Amino acid sequence: MSRPTPLRGVHETLGATLTDFAGWLMPLRYGSESAEHNAVRQAAGLFDLSHMGEIFVTGPQAAEALDYALVGHISALEPGRARYTMIVNAEGGVLDDLIVYRLAPEEFMVVANASNYPMVAARLTERAEAFDAAVDDRSDRYALIAVQGPRSQEILATLTDADLDGLRYYAGLPATVAGRPALVARTGYTGEDGFELFVGCDDAEPLWAALTAAGEPYGLRPAGLSARDTLRLEAGMPLYGNELSAALTPFDAGLGRVVRFDKPGDFVGRAALEPLKDVPPSRRLVGLVATGRRVPRHGYPVVVAGDGAVVGEVTSGAPSQSLGKPIAMAYVDTGLTGGLAVDIRGSHEPVEVVDLPFYRRKK
Amino acid sequence: MTSIPDELHYTKEHEWVAGVDDGLTLTVGITAYAADALGDVVYVQLPEVGTAIAAGDSVGEVESTKSVSDIYAPVGGEVVEVNAAVVDDPSLVNGDPYGEGWLFRVRLEGDADDLLSPEEYAALTSGES
Repeated sequence: MSRPTPLRGVHETLGATLTDFAGWLMPLRYGSESAEHNAVRQAAGLFDLSHMGEIFVTGPQAAEALDYALVGHISALEPGRARYTMIVNAEGGVLDDLIVYRLAPEEFMVVANASNYPMVAARLTERAEAFDAAVDDRSDRYALIAVQGPRSQEILATLTDADLDGLRYYAGLPATVAGRPALVARTGYTGEDGFELFVGCDDAEPLWAALTAAGEPYGLRPAGLSARDTLRLEAGMPLYGNELSAALTPFDAGLGRVVRFDKPGDFVGRAALEPLKDVPPSRRLVGLVATGRRVPRHGYPVVVAGDGAVVGEVTSGAPSQSLGKPIAMAYVDTGLTGGLAVDIRGSHEPVEVVDLPFYRRKK
Repeated sequence: MTSIPDELHYTKEHEWVAGVDDGLTLTVGITAYAADALGDVVYVQLPEVGTAIAAGDSVGEVESTKSVSDIYAPVGGEVVEVNAAVVDDPSLVNGDPYGEGWLFRVRLEGDADDLLSPEEYAALTSGES
């Protein structure tokens, strides 16, 4: 049985198509996923992300514990700021990608993926043992609602006195939204401006209702996981399980910049990763744009056009609303010359290799 | 509950077939249930006119944001017409699955006895939803 989020009743009332995702019963779409995608690009979308995990690390040595447990330089983070980072195993393989919020000098919130957060909480607990820090998985107490899209700030501003203008990208602050306490963060997974609101489970429904009403004049609509996936793919953002896995290091994924060898002290994975930092990887993550209309999908082989030699594999693919063509991310051998194609159920469909992201919002 | 028109026949593969009672040229499409399950259809590949098909053959595909599904021949015969409009605008499958979203027409050879009645199809889909 999939676990429902605190907003299940809302989704059912809206007639959502529900799907199992990482053990959670989540809205896949409410109506047309293309319309939901476009609403986020042009106006705003409302997402239930309550399946994500919130793990708190607190205490006098919380920062040092996270410097040891994660690849990022967490102790350098200012209170109120957030950072994208990763947790790796001793071999340097990616166990999850994370956002860490420093809520106070001795209080951090680690947001982990739904499929991974119990494991992340367990690893953090082990790795924090030698430090004066406590690890507490509070995922069950929090709902997470995201408002994403160019109209997000106007919508949210109708419900809170918080200084949204002063809230920078990758920053968060405690606020009152529609009379409810919330941690408001300027983060997201869509390639648009937007906010993520961490709220108590009991506040989720009233807050969703308030945001729905406030967003109506701005064209806000509820958006499901299907739109979330195409939005993040256009923005070139990795998804754990597709672009990231324990078999890959951050360098393999082209995200070596998140590994901070310049921070003080040892960290889990340092010994394995340090020799890799200047080694050119044999494969790299690229963007593919199909010239035809068939969609390259997760797991399809990337081949050399003409001779059909397999030189890579698609990690994510979807029809792109913004480009009007199918797009994909794929790991492809480096040093190739000549055209590539994707083996789409036996037929080799030509693709162009492009830089990521596929879509960048206009500032 | 999605619509299941009384005058049509159906398959386990969630296709509808019109014109069975005349028994000459049958029209094939996918059901509202299937269109709804697929989500927004973005690409439709249809067989060529003149292709000889046997019941159960994969003769094309319907691709949506999240998935791709084969189109199966519900009966045997020869493809005599395909819906060019749905190739140009695959969203017709979602917008009007039993009308403008039709896929192809086939001149029946043999019989069409293995198709499901509306009642049988309703029972099939209520079990899956």
